[in-house]
Amino acid sequence: MSILIYAESAEGKFKKVALELASYAKNVATSMGTTVTAVTINATDVSELGNYGVDRVLVVSNDSLKTFNAKAYADVLKQAAQKEAAKLVVLSSSTDSLYLAPLVAVGLDAGYASNVVALPESTSPFVVKRTAFSNKAFNHSEILTDVKVIGLAKNSYGVVESISSLTKEDFSPVLNDADFSMKVEGVEKMSGKVTIADADIVVSGGRGLKGPENWGMLEELADVLGAALACSKPVSDLDWRSHEEHVGQTGKPVAANLYIAVGISGAIQHIAGINSSKVKVVINTDPEAPFFKVADYGIVGDAFQVVPKLTEKLKEFKAKNS
Amino acid sequence: MKILVCISHVPDTTSKINFTNGDSEFDTNGVQFVINPNDEFGLTRAIWFKEKQGAQVTVINVGGVDTEPTLRKALAIGADEAIRINANPLDGTFVAKQLAEVVKNGSYDLVFAGKESLDYNGGMVPGMLSALVGYDFINSCEGIEVDGTSAKVIRQIDGGKETIAATLPLVIGTQKGIVEEKDLRIPNMRGIMTARTKALTVLEPIGVEAATKAVKFEKPAAKSAVKLIDPENLDELINLLHNEAKVI
Repeated sequence: MSILIYAESAEGKFKKVALELASYAKNVATSMGTTVTAVTINATDVSELGNYGVDRVLVVSNDSLKTFNAKAYADVLKQAAQKEAAKLVVLSSSTDSLYLAPLVAVGLDAGYASNVVALPESTSPFVVKRTAFSNKAFNHSEILTDVKVIGLAKNSYGVVESISSLTKEDFSPVLNDADFSMKVEGVEKMSGKVTIADADIVVSGGRGLKGPENWGMLEELADVLGAALACSKPVSDLDWRSHEEHVGQTGKPVAANLYIAVGISGAIQHIAGINSSKVKVVINTDPEAPFFKVADYGIVGDAFQVVPKLTEKLKEFKAKNS
Repeated sequence: MKILVCISHVPDTTSKINFTNGDSEFDTNGVQFVINPNDEFGLTRAIWFKEKQGAQVTVINVGGVDTEPTLRKALAIGADEAIRINANPLDGTFVAKQLAEVVKNGSYDLVFAGKESLDYNGGMVPGMLSALVGYDFINSCEGIEVDGTSAKVIRQIDGGKETIAATLPLVIGTQKGIVEEKDLRIPNMRGIMTARTKALTVLEPIGVEAATKAVKFEKPAAKSAVKLIDPENLDELINLLHNEAKVI
């Protein structure tokens, strides 16, 4: 009957979203009078989950699951859910979990609600609040099936410590050849950089920066903040920056704690992609730029003067506060 | 090669979002509808396969008669034929089950569906459809080449991309990158004229239930005005980010 979560890890270490899922599931489990079971796949040390409310871990260690494989991973989660007789499966909104969730839902004959941004409004009937219309509205959805799958939006709940007495069990799901019918032939990954998906802070540049040669100052600002770099669509269309960095409706979505937009006017398509970030700062010479309507903090000023100064001030701040 | 492209009929991004009937339904009044952008990237790649590799392209949508102009637009862009399943698209599960019925009966080699739609942003249909029909599925696809029954597919991953070797039939969750924005096509007059005579088949839905139900919609609370900070006083910004917003 317990709530099942998939605790994602990379190179054996849990991702922050795994701890956020655990925290969220713990709260839901408490209100439903049940417990939290986590599934881990090739994680090195699962005891960390006991700090975030997980009661039980199904530990999967399997070399054939070293690289992510949606079909096989979905099979693992399905079998784990069945073993635990879980009525609720909670996944994150990482690229991999968004890929998995619909497969898990069909496997369990479960209704699936993605982009969930808050604790369930009620658990019977089971109603959750989700973003819709590219963050321009919320949809309160009831899941009608016996088994339910939900996808928690990133940074919507936060990581909350809660010590539990964790028990572990090795779990060997039955996998078949069909789970491995596709082969990953190559992976290209930016190394040593904070990715937009994982970043708590994102620094983003637009056409106001006038040319790719001016990105150095944004890189420095991002460095000081430990932030990922992003850019607007025109910047990626002009090939000033790689489209890997393009954020917005047709680019990557951003749900950071802090989004700093430099020289970005704030076209509706851009805002649609970044609006679920918690705090937004805009730096722009044009006080009429639409971004000021959605930002929390704004500076009307020339990025070429403001950004280097801000970087210096932040360095001083970090030196004092670390 | 037979390609099925699933099309969502969605409000244009610039549309005002309002709700009606006690906030239980989306208010379509005065709303401009378009092909869901993630679907259009897939459609454009499908037309490329038609022109370069002789593929036959069918577009499909689950919706009422009011969605037919969107299907006609897809035909004008170059699809060969269209199917409309005559039902209100209740939720991702319902739509995926309707589409699965057509895929099972249609021997398609490739099924394209946007990785998410602009309206409900559910991101459910391509994955669910693949699981229902038992095809392999690759999501967040940024590129695909097909040679016989083999496909090389590029998938976006967090912080990069990976190349996958797969065998048809496949369901592909499409997005920008499978083609670029500059490759998107605006229907020309000839396309629009021929689209009128292309087949648009209307099928009645199969009897399945939705797995979720929208109880109520709500618009976000009005945002408080931006706090403007003097560019000469950046300490103030740092102070606010640290003590008020608590994000640094």
